[in-house]
Amino acid sequence: MAIDDTQAQSETGAYELQRPGRFREFWSYFSENRGAVAGLIVFLSFILIAIFADFIAPYSPTDQFRGNLLQPPFWQDGGSTKFLLGTDAVGRDMLSRLIHGARFSFFIGLIVVSLSLLGGVTIGLVAGFVGGWVEVMIMRLMDVILAFPSLLLALVMVAILGPSLINAMLAIAIVLQPQYVRLTRAAVLAELPKDYVTSARMVGSGTLRLMFITVLPNCLAPIIVQAALSFSTAILDAAALGFLGLGAQPPKPEWGTMLSEAREFILRAWWVVTLPGLAILITVLSINLMGDGLRDALDPKLKRS
Amino acid sequence: MIQFVLKRLGTTIPTFIGVSIITFLFIRLIPGDPILLMAGERGMSDERHAKLLAQFGYDQPLWQQYWDYLSGMLRGDLGISFRTKRPVWDEFFALFPATLELSLCAIIFAVFIGIPSGIVAAIYRGKWPDQLLMSTALIGYSMPIFWWALLLIIFFSGTLGWTPVSGRISLMYFFPSGTGFMLIDAWQSGQAGAFKSAVQHLILPTVVLGTIPLAVIARQTRSAMLEVLSEDYIRTARAKGLSPFRINGLHALRNALIPVVTVIGLSVGTLLAGAILTETIFSWPGIGKWMVESIRARDYPVVQGGLMLIAAMVMFVNLFVDLLYGLINPKIRKS
Amino acid sequence: MALLDVNNLTVEFKTSQGQFRAVDSIDISVDANDVLAIVGESGSGKSVSMLAVMGLLPWTATVTADQMLFNGIDLTTLTAKQRRNIVGKDMSMIFQEPMSSLNPCFTVGFQLREALKAHLPLSRSARKIRAIELLEMVGIPEPLKRLSAFPHQLSGGMNQRVMIAMAIACKPKLLIADEPTTALDVTIQAQILELLLELNQQHDMALVLITHDMGVVAETAARVSVQYAGQKVEEQSVEDLFAAPRHPYTHALLAALPERATGKLLPSIPGVVPGQFDRPTGCLFSPRCQFADARCLADAPLASPDDSTSVRCHYPLSNSASVA
Repeated sequence: MAIDDTQAQSETGAYELQRPGRFREFWSYFSENRGAVAGLIVFLSFILIAIFADFIAPYSPTDQFRGNLLQPPFWQDGGSTKFLLGTDAVGRDMLSRLIHGARFSFFIGLIVVSLSLLGGVTIGLVAGFVGGWVEVMIMRLMDVILAFPSLLLALVMVAILGPSLINAMLAIAIVLQPQYVRLTRAAVLAELPKDYVTSARMVGSGTLRLMFITVLPNCLAPIIVQAALSFSTAILDAAALGFLGLGAQPPKPEWGTMLSEAREFILRAWWVVTLPGLAILITVLSINLMGDGLRDALDPKLKRS
Repeated sequence: MIQFVLKRLGTTIPTFIGVSIITFLFIRLIPGDPILLMAGERGMSDERHAKLLAQFGYDQPLWQQYWDYLSGMLRGDLGISFRTKRPVWDEFFALFPATLELSLCAIIFAVFIGIPSGIVAAIYRGKWPDQLLMSTALIGYSMPIFWWALLLIIFFSGTLGWTPVSGRISLMYFFPSGTGFMLIDAWQSGQAGAFKSAVQHLILPTVVLGTIPLAVIARQTRSAMLEVLSEDYIRTARAKGLSPFRINGLHALRNALIPVVTVIGLSVGTLLAGAILTETIFSWPGIGKWMVESIRARDYPVVQGGLMLIAAMVMFVNLFVDLLYGLINPKIRKS
Repeated sequence: MALLDVNNLTVEFKTSQGQFRAVDSIDISVDANDVLAIVGESGSGKSVSMLAVMGLLPWTATVTADQMLFNGIDLTTLTAKQRRNIVGKDMSMIFQEPMSSLNPCFTVGFQLREALKAHLPLSRSARKIRAIELLEMVGIPEPLKRLSAFPHQLSGGMNQRVMIAMAIACKPKLLIADEPTTALDVTIQAQILELLLELNQQHDMALVLITHDMGVVAETAARVSVQYAGQKVEEQSVEDLFAAPRHPYTHALLAALPERATGKLLPSIPGVVPGQFDRPTGCLFSPRCQFADARCLADAPLASPDDSTSVRCHYPLSNSASVA
C-alpha cells in the first residue's frame, strides 16, 4: 500500500519532496567509499580538462616543433620546461596532445554510452512489455551479438564501414547495447508484477506512460551502474581500435592512436609510450572506482556485504 | 539433467543460425560487390567479372547464396582467402592451436592466481590484504592491455633482456609441428633449449592476456566467498569444530565456485578479444593476428569465415560452461 | 560442579550506529544430563548467548564473561585451535533452518563422516559404519542409501535428523538445540523433540533447548530460563514456573498460551522487544508491563541474588498468586 500511495502522489509533487532524502541516502553510502570519491574527483577533473582543453593546453596538439624531436620530459637530461612532458617523434608537445586526447575520450564515452543506453533501454523495455515472440526475437538477437567477442565485432564493423572515429563509436555502441537490453528487460520483468504497476494500469495509464514514467525510474539503479562501466569499456575499446589503426586516424591526438604511433620508439623514448597509456589507465580506473561505489550505494542487496 | 541439456541446446541452435545470417550478411553490406573488391585497384573486364560472379555463386538469389554458405560451412567449406588463395577453414585450424595454447595458459594463470587472491581477500575482508588485492584487481580490470604489453616489453625485454619480444620460439630451432602446441612440440623435439625458448616466448603474452580475466576472477571469487561465508551451512561447519582452512577452502569455496566457473566461461569472449591485441603486439601467429591482418587487407572471406568460426567457438564454450555449471551444482544435476 | 557454568556473559555487536548490546550479563548453568530451556521472544538474545558459548559469533561481536567453564575448562582462555577440539565433540549445536544448515554441495554421508573425522581416530570403514549407525539412531530409514543423498533431496524433518546425527556423532556431553522445530511441520516437531529427549536420557547428554514456544518447554524441559531483551529475567524449574511465574513477562507469556486462554480473545503482550534505539532507561520490560509504576520506569531492577528464582523485577509476583 505504501508504494501505491507514493506512486499516486507522484503528480502532486509529494514524490518530488522525497527526492533530496533519497539522494542524501545515496550520497551517504557513496561518500563512505573513499575510492569512489577519489574516482569521482579524478573523473570530474578529466571532464574539466576535456571541456577546457583549448585553454589549458600550452600548444596546439598538432603544432610541430622541428627543432625538438623526441625531447624527454623536463626532469630528465635534455628536457626543458618548455615541453613539460616532452615531445613526440615529429616534435609535437606531449602534454598538449594528452590534454586534447581527454576530449576525444570523453566525447567517445559520452556518445557511445548515450547511443547504447538509449537504444538498449528502449529495446529492453519493449522486450519486457510486449513479451511473446517479439521478446524471444529480441533476446535471441542479443544472444547473437553477444556471441561475438566485442572488440572483434567492432573491428569487423569498422572494416566494413571504413576506419574512422565515428564508425568506431557506432560499432562500440552496437556491441555494448545487449547488456542494456538484458538488464532493462530483467528489471522490467521484476517490476511488472508489483502492485504499483497494477494500480497504475487500473487508473488507465497508457503503455508508453507505464514504460517510461511508471516502471523505468524503478529500474534505473542497475542501468546507471552499467552506464558507468560501459563508459570505461568504450574508452578502452576505442583506444584499442585506435591502437590497431582502425579508430581515430593520425594526427588526431586520441590516446590509443598516439600509442600506436609511438610503438616504434618503445625502447628509445619511454615517455611517448608510457604517458598516453597512463592517461587511459587513470581515466578508466577512476570511472571503474566510481562505478563500484555507485553499485554499492544503489544496490541494496550488496550494500550490507 | 537431460531436460536441462535439451533446453540449453534449444537456445544455442537459433543463436547459431542468427550468427550465420549476420556473418553472411556482412560481406553483402559492403558497398560494391565482392569480386570487384577482390580485384582491387587492378580492375577487370566485364566479361571476366560476370564469370567470376558466377563462379563464386554471387549471381544466385540471396537465399540460395545463404543456403550454399550454410551447407558449405557444415561441410567445412568457408571459401577461399583472397590473399593466400587457400581455404579459410584450413588456415583457421592451422593457426588455431597457437591461439588455444596462449589462451589456455592465460586462463590457467588467471585461475591459479585469481581464485586464491579472491579467497584471501574475502577472509581478510576490510583489512589490508583485502584492500591491497582488490585495488590491484581494479587496476588490472581497468588496464588497457595493449599498453600493459608495451610496458612489460620495455621492462622485461628492454631493461632486463629476459624475454624475447615476438614469435613463439627462437628462430634457431626448427622441428615439425606435431600437436600445434609449441610447448609440447618443443619438448618432444628433444632439442636442447627449445622448451626453455618456447616458455620464454609464452610468458609475457600469457601475463598480458591473463590480466583482465585474473582481475575479474579475483573480484568474483571474493564476492561469491563473502556471500557464501554468511550462509547457515558455514556456521554448521564451524559448529563441527573444523579448521578454518577446511571451512574456507572446502565448504565455502565449493559453493563459491559455482558463480566463478560461470565467470570463467564468460571470459572466453574477452579472452579472444584480448588475443587480437596480444597476438598483434607479440607477433604471435594465431587467429587474432590473422583476423587483424585480414581486416586490414580487406580479405573478406577470411573476415567472414573467421568471425563465424570464432563466434561458433564462443557459443560452444558457453554451452560447455553451462553444462559444467549443471554438473557442479547438485541442485541441477540431480533434478 | 555444573557441566556448563557461565557467569556475567555479555555480547556486544559493532554496528554502523555504535555498539549494540545483544546479551546483557547473563548467567547460565547446566548440569550433566540436565534439560534447560531458554525462552523469550525474537530479539531476546537467547540464540546469541549460546552461539557465544560455542564461539560461533561473527567477528563484529565482542564477547565478555567473568567465567565460562565447560567441563572444568575455562573457554575464555583457550586458543582457537583448543576451542575447536571441544566444539563439535563435547559440545555441539543444531540450528533452526535444517534446509540451509547443511552444505548443498556435499552429500549427507560426506558431512556426517567429516564430523567424525574431525575428532575421532576412526578408520575410513569404521567411519562409514558409525555414520550408518548414527542415521539409524536418529530414525532415518534406509541409512545406507541416504548417505549418498544431497540435502535438497531430503525433507526438512529428515535434514534436521541428519543435523542431529552430526551433532551427536562424537557423543557430546552437551547439545544445544536452537529452535530445532520452528521450521518444521507440527507432526514432525513432536518427533524431533521426542528424539532429542531420548538422546538426553539414553546417552547421558545435557540438552539446552532454545525456543519461543512455551508448549515445547512444558513437554521437554526440566528447568526454564526466561530471557528478555538480552537479560535473564527469571529461572525456575519447569513445574514451579508454570505453577507460579514470578516475573510479569513470564506471566504474560504463559497467559498467551492458547491452552490457558479463558476469554474469547487470546491475550497477547502489546508492543515488541526493544531494539538498539528504543531501549528504556528503567526496567526493560516496563513499557509493556501491566504492573509497571514510576520506579520501574526510572530504575533498572537487579536480579535478586537471595532468591532461588533470580527474578529481575522490583515487584515479583508472589508465589501464591494464581495465574490468569
